[in-house]
Amino acid sequence: MDWTWFHKFGSPPHVYRLAGTLTPWFAWPAGLLIAAALYGGLVLAPPDYQQGDGFRIIYVHAPSAWVSTMVYAVMATSAAIGLIWRMKVAHAVAASCAGIGASFTAASLVTGMLWGEPMWGTWWVWDPRLVAQLVLLFLFVGYVGLRSAIDDLGRADRASAVLAIVGVVNLPIIRYSVEWWNSIHQAPSVMKMDRPSMPIDMLAPLLMMLLGFTLFFAAVLLVRLRAELLRRERAAAWVKEVVS
Amino acid sequence: MIGAALAVVGRDLRLALRRPGQALQPLAFFAVVTLLFPLGYTPELDKLRQIAPGVLWVAALLAGLLSLESLFREDAQDGTLEQMLLSGQPLAALALAKTAAHWLLTGLPLTLMAPVLGIALGVPGSAMPGILSSLALGTVTLSLVGAVGAALTLGVRRGGVLLGLLTLPLTVPTLVFGARATELAIAGEGLSGALYLLAALAVLAVTLAPLAVAAALRIGSE
Repeated sequence: MDWTWFHKFGSPPHVYRLAGTLTPWFAWPAGLLIAAALYGGLVLAPPDYQQGDGFRIIYVHAPSAWVSTMVYAVMATSAAIGLIWRMKVAHAVAASCAGIGASFTAASLVTGMLWGEPMWGTWWVWDPRLVAQLVLLFLFVGYVGLRSAIDDLGRADRASAVLAIVGVVNLPIIRYSVEWWNSIHQAPSVMKMDRPSMPIDMLAPLLMMLLGFTLFFAAVLLVRLRAELLRRERAAAWVKEVVS
Repeated sequence: MIGAALAVVGRDLRLALRRPGQALQPLAFFAVVTLLFPLGYTPELDKLRQIAPGVLWVAALLAGLLSLESLFREDAQDGTLEQMLLSGQPLAALALAKTAAHWLLTGLPLTLMAPVLGIALGVPGSAMPGILSSLALGTVTLSLVGAVGAALTLGVRRGGVLLGLLTLPLTVPTLVFGARATELAIAGEGLSGALYLLAALAVLAVTLAPLAVAAALRIGSE
C-alpha cells in the first residue's frame, strides 16, 4: 500500500498549506449551522412547559460539553500519534487542542451555572456531571501547565503526550467514580433533568448546534495549528517565504 | 530483573533508614493536617466523626503527594537514574521497585498511623480494620499515580505545584472509593464492594503506571 499521503502529514509546510485550504470548508458550514440553529433554538422552538425560556441555554451548554470531551480525545489521539511515530505535526495538533478544550470546558461549566441559578436555585451543585467536567478542566490546565514548564520543545511535546494518554485512561474511571459517588450521596433528584422525548422543533436545533460546534472546533483547530506550526518552524526557510 | 528490582527496593529502604528524620516527615504532616480540622471546625466528636473519612483521606493524599516530589530527584541529580537507564534492566520494573519502596516508606506508615488519628476524630474502634484495609489499598494507587506525575515533572521549574495540579485530578476515583469505604466502616456496614473497587484500581495502577513512569523518565533524561 502506498503510504505517501500519510507521510506527507509529517511535513509542516504541507500541513500548513492544507490547513489553510481546509479552514473555510469548516468555518463556513459551522457559521451557517450555528446561525440557523440559534434562530431555530431561540426563536422557532417553543418554550419548555416547565422551564420556560430558560431551557434555551442548552443550545450552547450541551454542545460545549460534547465538544470539550471530543477535544480531549482528539488531543490524546494526536499526542499518541506524535509519541509513537515521532511526528512533530501531531504534537503541534495536540498543543493547539489544549487551549480550545479548556475554553469549551469552561464555557459548558459557566453556561451550566447560569442555567442552574434560576432552575435549581443555586449556582453550583455537586452533581457528578459537573464534577467530571471540572476535573476535565483541571486535566486541560495541568496539560498546559506541564507544557509551559518545560523549555525544550521536544521534551515538552513528549512529556505532555504521556500525560494526555494517562488522562485518557483515567477519564472514564473518573466519570464512573463520581457517578457512583453521587448515587450514594442521594443528591436531590429534582436536579436531574430527566429525558423526556424532546419535540422535533426543540431537538433539531440542538443537533444542528452539535454539528456546528464540532465544525467550529475543527476550523479553530486548523487556524491555531497554522499559528503553532509557524511558531515552531520559525527558523525554517518555508516560514520565511510564507511570512515575507 | 527481579533481582535488580529487589536491589532497588533494598537500596531505597537502606537510604531512608540512614536518614530516619526524613521518612518521618510525611507522618508528621499527616498528623498536623488532620489535627487542624478539630481546631478549624469543631471539637465535638459527633460532628468530627462525620467528616473523618474525608479528612483522613485528603490528609493522607497530601502527605503522600509531598513526599513524591523527591521520588526521582536525588537519583536524577547523582546520576543513579542514568545508570538505571543504562543497566539493561526493564525500566518499568525498576520504576515499580522505586514506587514499592516509596509505598513501604510512606503509604504503609500513613496507613498504620490513620487509626490513631481516627481516634482523635471520634472514629469507633470497630471501624479500624476497614480504615486500615482501605488505606492500604488506596495508598498503593496514590503512590503509583503520583510516581507518573513525579517522573513527568522531574527537573521542571516549580515542580511541586505542578505535581499537585497533574496528580490530584487523577486521584479522584481513589479518593471517592476510599472515603466511601471509610464511611461505611464507621457506620458499621459491609464495605467489601468499595474495597473490591479500590483493589481493582490498585491492580490497574500496578499494571499500567510503571510503563508510563518509565516512558516519562526516558523522555526526561533525553
